[in-house]
Amino acid sequence: MNFRQADDTSASVNALEIKGISKAYGRFPALKNVSLQAKDKEFLALLGPSGSGKTTLLRVLAGLEQPDAGEVRFAGEDFLALPVRRRKVGMVFQHYALFRHMTVAQNIAFGLTVRKRSEKPAKSEIADRVAHLLQLVQLEGLDKRFPSQLSGGQRQRVALARALAIEPKMLLLDEPFGALDAQVRRELRRWLRELHDRAGVTTVFVTHDQEEALDLADRVAILKDGELIQLGTPNQVYEHPATPFVFDFLGQACRMPGVVEKGRLLIADWESEAPAGAADGAVDVFFRPDEVAFAPADGAGLSALVRGVTQRGPDVRIDCVIEGQTVELQAHGPTLPPGVTTGLSVRIKPLRPQVYATA
Amino acid sequence: MTAAALAPLAGKPRSRWKQPSILPGFPLAMGWTLTYLGLVVVLPLIALVVRPWELGLSVTWSTLTEPRVLAALRLSFGSAFLAALTNVPIGLLVAWTLTRYEFPGRRLIDAFVDLPFALPTAVAGIALTAIYGPNGPLGELFAKIGIKTAYSPVGIYIALLFIGLPFVVRTIQPVLQDLDREVEEAAHTLGATNLQRFWLVVLPAVLPALLSGFSLAFARAVGEYGSVIFIAGNMPMKSEIAPLLIVIKLEQYDYAGAASVGLAMLAISFGGLLAMNGVQLFLARRGRV
Repeated sequence: MNFRQADDTSASVNALEIKGISKAYGRFPALKNVSLQAKDKEFLALLGPSGSGKTTLLRVLAGLEQPDAGEVRFAGEDFLALPVRRRKVGMVFQHYALFRHMTVAQNIAFGLTVRKRSEKPAKSEIADRVAHLLQLVQLEGLDKRFPSQLSGGQRQRVALARALAIEPKMLLLDEPFGALDAQVRRELRRWLRELHDRAGVTTVFVTHDQEEALDLADRVAILKDGELIQLGTPNQVYEHPATPFVFDFLGQACRMPGVVEKGRLLIADWESEAPAGAADGAVDVFFRPDEVAFAPADGAGLSALVRGVTQRGPDVRIDCVIEGQTVELQAHGPTLPPGVTTGLSVRIKPLRPQVYATA
Repeated sequence: MTAAALAPLAGKPRSRWKQPSILPGFPLAMGWTLTYLGLVVVLPLIALVVRPWELGLSVTWSTLTEPRVLAALRLSFGSAFLAALTNVPIGLLVAWTLTRYEFPGRRLIDAFVDLPFALPTAVAGIALTAIYGPNGPLGELFAKIGIKTAYSPVGIYIALLFIGLPFVVRTIQPVLQDLDREVEEAAHTLGATNLQRFWLVVLPAVLPALLSGFSLAFARAVGEYGSVIFIAGNMPMKSEIAPLLIVIKLEQYDYAGAASVGLAMLAISFGGLLAMNGVQLFLARRGRV
């Protein structure tokens, strides 16, 4: 097993337990019997294409949506029985959802100022907390600005500070970087992970960006059409995708028909050892376009005709025809064998093929 | 700030008005705007401003300080203010119901809101008098608890409520519709109660629209004539509105006197609307620069 962190499953308790959650909008089922768990202080990503139910699941956790069936427990407590405002979850929305008529400081303090008088901290304490959070999200000195005077990245950091102000049991992030440009996105991503590690809050993060999910999360839950398809660490899901869908969704994919027979995998005229546990029969073979080895035409591998070689920044794109099928392969510039040029016949060996029984 | 940044590029500082706009035809558009506004709005108003002085300042002053005129002005502005004020919460509630809930007949009710716009005001006045008059069903009911609805200031107030409501509803409705639901949800997850969410999140967002709805309803109510005179009873000093007094003065060929009352109404209304605009500008500045 290839875990991201030192992981003693036996000791750490499941903080969040989701059991058999179903939810339909009219006739359209948004979630179908979804069950998953998150450990205390874990960073869990819900990954899936639009319409996969990931945002609905997050809204169920926040209490903004009631499921038709199922159970949600947090630290043993029945979460569904708690009204939204008693759940103490910090929710961050894609479009920030800041209070436009309030300053940054007022926005952050909101969750504290709306508390009952008996639970409300003193004014000076609120001010201290706001100052501390501003420092945490690196927005010192902007406390008197209005949201409209901030950039998108700054707004999202205010939203995060506002969510953290109530000392949430759980942080729920709904595509928080979806509205930001690529550069800011990458910066905030690293920063969010550091923030999570420092704050130590169980975090559930919704995204449709596989790179973001794989980069950020301790574990990734992949959803499709309201169903949980796979749950695992980024390495587990990337290296052992449970279905062709997951393989395809997590990165670029090349696909060839093949046959598994007695532990051997046959693709066109090339025979190799089948991946462990592959059942006999017709299969679809999937491999990543950059996980291939090139060999001379008389070596082992799939015979391919190189149609074109294009330099794309640090990468090289190799268009070739394998078994009458056009396939786009990728190699990192310096690792490309010198022999691969347009018009040449070569042999191609997928390094880590995955096989799935043909549907 | 942008002008300062652009100026060095342009060589010599350009006037703000000369900056290129996305839309062409500024001189033409502005020219038409000014001509039209001048002919249709400003010119008649100038006549109103000029007319009263024909018989001298003292005559104008004595007209305006007549107890009957003062009473009429007080009644007109007072009832208009009260009616517009009442229409603010009611209009907000109607707009809220129409935008937030799905229920059968919603479109029909939505169409009803516009009726006071469409009805000739005299028709509205007759209809209201029929209902709130001494023999009308509601009039009798109110009479039992000792409130005289028709032929009293209460009747005026009722008529002004009727004609002002659509102004408030129609200005708030689009704002409520555009209100980001996620902002309310954010407040909810942060622990705000229903009341707090309404008071701290929704109300500040619709406040500018509420103010402009109030201004419109108020301005309309001040000038309202047709629906009011049927139900008011028009007793001098008691239920006589300023617009009616102007008509009376005109019928007596007291043109200068009529214009004086008109000028007073114009000045008060203009001052009020200007103040409201100021408040709105302040609110708008705070939220979105």
